[in-house]
Parts: sequence; C-alpha cells; structure tokens
Amino acid sequence: MEASTTALQVRGLEKSYDKVHVLRGVDFDVARGSIFALLGSNGAGKTTIVRILTTLLKPDSGTASVGGFDVGSQPARVRESISLTGQFAAVDEILTGRENLIMIARLRHVKHAGQIADDLLGRFGLAEAAGRRVSTYSGGMRRRLDIAMSLIGSPQIIFLDEPTTGLDPEGRIEVWKVIQNLADSGTTVFLTTQYLDEAEKLADRIAILHQGTIIVSGTLANLRKLLPPAKAEYVERQPTLEEIFLAITGSDNSDTKEPR
Amino acid sequence: MSTHFFADTSVMLGRSLRHVTRSMDTIITVTIMPIAFMLLFVYVFGGAIKAGAGHYVNYLMPGILLIAIASGIAYTAFRLFTDLQSGIFERFHSMPIARSSVLWGHVLTSLAANMISVVVIVLVGLLIGFRSSAGVLAWLAVVGILVLFTLTLTWIAVIAGLSAKSADGAGAFAYPIIFLPFISSAFVPTASMPGPVRAFAENQPVTSIVDTIRALFARQPVGHDIWIALAWCAGVLVVAYVLAMMAYRRKIA
Repeated sequence: MEASTTALQVRGLEKSYDKVHVLRGVDFDVARGSIFALLGSNGAGKTTIVRILTTLLKPDSGTASVGGFDVGSQPARVRESISLTGQFAAVDEILTGRENLIMIARLRHVKHAGQIADDLLGRFGLAEAAGRRVSTYSGGMRRRLDIAMSLIGSPQIIFLDEPTTGLDPEGRIEVWKVIQNLADSGTTVFLTTQYLDEAEKLADRIAILHQGTIIVSGTLANLRKLLPPAKAEYVERQPTLEEIFLAITGSDNSDTKEPR
Repeated sequence: MSTHFFADTSVMLGRSLRHVTRSMDTIITVTIMPIAFMLLFVYVFGGAIKAGAGHYVNYLMPGILLIAIASGIAYTAFRLFTDLQSGIFERFHSMPIARSSVLWGHVLTSLAANMISVVVIVLVGLLIGFRSSAGVLAWLAVVGILVLFTLTLTWIAVIAGLSAKSADGAGAFAYPIIFLPFISSAFVPTASMPGPVRAFAENQPVTSIVDTIRALFARQPVGHDIWIALAWCAGVLVVAYVLAMMAYRRKIA
C-alpha cells in the first residue's frame, strides 16, 4: 500500500480500559480523498479508535499511521495533518461564533483570521448569528460551527465522530452536504456513525466494528454481496416519516430557533 | 512546536480572560466578597478587636487580599473543569499547537484576574482609611509575594480542575483554603488564641505570609517571616505543580 494513496493505515490496534478489552486487533485502510464510515453500536469502541488516530490516546499495541505519519512516534506531524470534530460539539459557549473561528485560526497560525472566519460563517449559514454567544445557538448551529472550526487550516484528513447525533432531520442533511463537499474537494473524511442510512448515503467504504474487531469492510456493493441476492418483491412504497417531516416543515435550512 | 508556545499561550490567555470578563458573577465573588469582609471587620467587629495601634484596616489588609486570591482560584478550577467536560480541551490537544499552552492560558488568566481584584480591594481599602508607608521596593516585594501565593494556589486549582468529577467538586477544594486566614494572624493577633489553636495558627503558611506583608506595608523589618513565607509558597508550589502534571498526564494518556 503506497503512502501516496493511503490516508490512514491501521494495523492490529488493541486497547483496554481496566479490564474491558475494547479493541482486540483492529485493521483497516482509508484511501486518500475518500469518505470512510466506521459503523458500530454504542460502546463498540468507535470513539476509542478516533481518539487513538487523533493522538489523544495511546494504543496498548498495534500501529496507526495518519497522513503517512505514525501516531506514536510523530504525533506532532499527525496533528498538522488532521482535524477533529468530536462527539459533542467542542465549541466555546462564552465566545461568539466569530470569536471561536478566529481563535482556531490563530492557533493554526493562518493569516487573515478574521476574513477566514467571515467566509466560513457565510458558508455555514451563521453570518447572522456571528456576533452572538454560542450559548444561544441551537444544536444544529453549534454542530455547523464545530465543523466549520475543523475546516480552518485545510487539514488533509477530517475526523467526524458521530457528527449528526442529536440533530434534527434538516440538520443532518446540512451536515451530509458539508461532508460530501469536503470529499469532493479532496479531503479524506473519517466518519463514525450509528445511523446505517448515513453510512449508506455518504461513504465510499464502510467498516463495521463489533466486539473489538472490524468484522466486515468494503464498499456498500461489497457488503450487499454478503447477503443472499436481492429478490424482486412488490412493496407499496409509503413515504418515510422523514420525508413527511421535511415536506410539511417545508424548509431545507432553518438557522435559528423558531421565531416568536 | 515550542516555537509557538508564546503565540498559542496568548490566544489561550485572551480566550479565558474573556470568560472572566463575561461572567459577572465571578468578578463579583472575587472582589465584592472580600470587600464585604473588609467592611464587616473594620466597621462591625473591628472596634472590639485589639490588634495594636493604628487603623484596624491596616492590620486587616494582608488577610483580606489572601482571602480574595483563595476564592478567585476556585474559578480557575471551574473553568478548567468546564473545558474538559465540553470537549474543547481535546479539540485543542488534537491541534498542532504547543500543548502546554492550554494549561498556561488558565494559569496566567488566574494570575491576571487575581491581580485585578487585589488592586480593586487595595483601592477600596484606601477609601476607608488604609495607609501604607511602604516604599517602591517594599511594594514590589508585596506584589512578588502575592504573585507567588497566587501561582501556588493556582496549581492546586489545576489539580482540582483536572481531577474533579463534578463542577461543584472542582470549586470545593477552595473552601478550606479560604478558611485558613481565619485561623491565622490575619484578623486577630495569635496571642489571644488558646494553646493548640495558637500553635496551629502560628505554624501554618498564612500567618507567615500575612505577617510579612503587614511588616512590608508598615515599613517594619520582616525578620525571618519572609523566608518562612517564601519557603511555604515555593515548597507547596513545587509539590502542586508536580501533582498537577501527573493529573494532566493521566488525562492525556
């Protein structure tokens, strides 16, 4: 596997907390510029993998290279290549949206921090809320700000740990669009989710983490082949609740908590 | 990495100073409470306290300043704890920054916030009759001791902030420290206390610090008190720093 086409390479990753053996030898590769979805139920160890790959946690054994750098021996180089959007929107509640973005821009030592902040605020539909404290934002707005913060400095690889958990349907679709745009622009996206439709919609490759190992991985087409071939059946197609919800609320982008 | 230490630390400092200025309750507790204590002791209890000649506020000032600092550092622990809870601590640690700047931002904020409240309290003290004949050098010595005292308590606060399980727990460690000046020479001379209490009062760190600052304000010789005070502060500072680093390593293991 040449380093030029591989963004992430994970081999034999193991990790235990006290006596719980969370990861029991995890292996996978992620191609540069692709969207990779790691599926698993709650507590399967998805976040543990993300924390190891983002240099926040040391594995007990195994190796992982991120952007061609080893997480154990070159953590600083890894951090230059990545960006993390954690499970809970890690934004500063007391600062305004714009101040959050400027803070990250200054920490990444990019020039024209103010201008970058304004661009991102516009792109993520937060321009109006830019001067408000984040504590007044809705969940979807926080998540958008969170992801916007991760884009500063144009990291090659972005980790998104359950980015749509707790979002309403519109918020989820917004985030999906952002992820798709990222991949289109060449960024590698590592996504964890417990929503199967999310993986189905977005991911180039999907891996399922179960009882500490990757039990299957491949493209959606690969995974479909694992089951008996599809049979043609007549089923009346009812609209899904999501389709109904989106149709009657009639908006594809709601920025603020409902106006009164 | 470390080349960015100063730039990164200044971003962190700016961030958490905004937290201080935007949460009015922290400013109120840190400065109004000690001022209330000062007024209470000067105008209510002070008349009955025999603490030598001169205005009682002159006797009281060093202890009030230490109480202000002790209550101020509780917020340092609280802010650090909140950062850990919200996930922003991990976000910073996954970024290409000087990692130590995350803690130093909090430590310097603590120093800045406490020095501001010290200045405010001294100004209020001047209004109600506090006077000092100290020269520039003595004032510098007072500032130096207060800075050292603040740093010492701040690193204790870092331990609490990093290892607390709840927001209340993060601030609770400060209560015994706030209480220490009451069992010292801060409000009344130790000579009036019964044996065991007096022994405790005379041998705990606050008394030596208070006596040193009081002597500096009054242009009296500081004697060996200053060395005891410095030894206490430096000793506790080193221990607290080492423990804080251990707690930090456990967090980012």
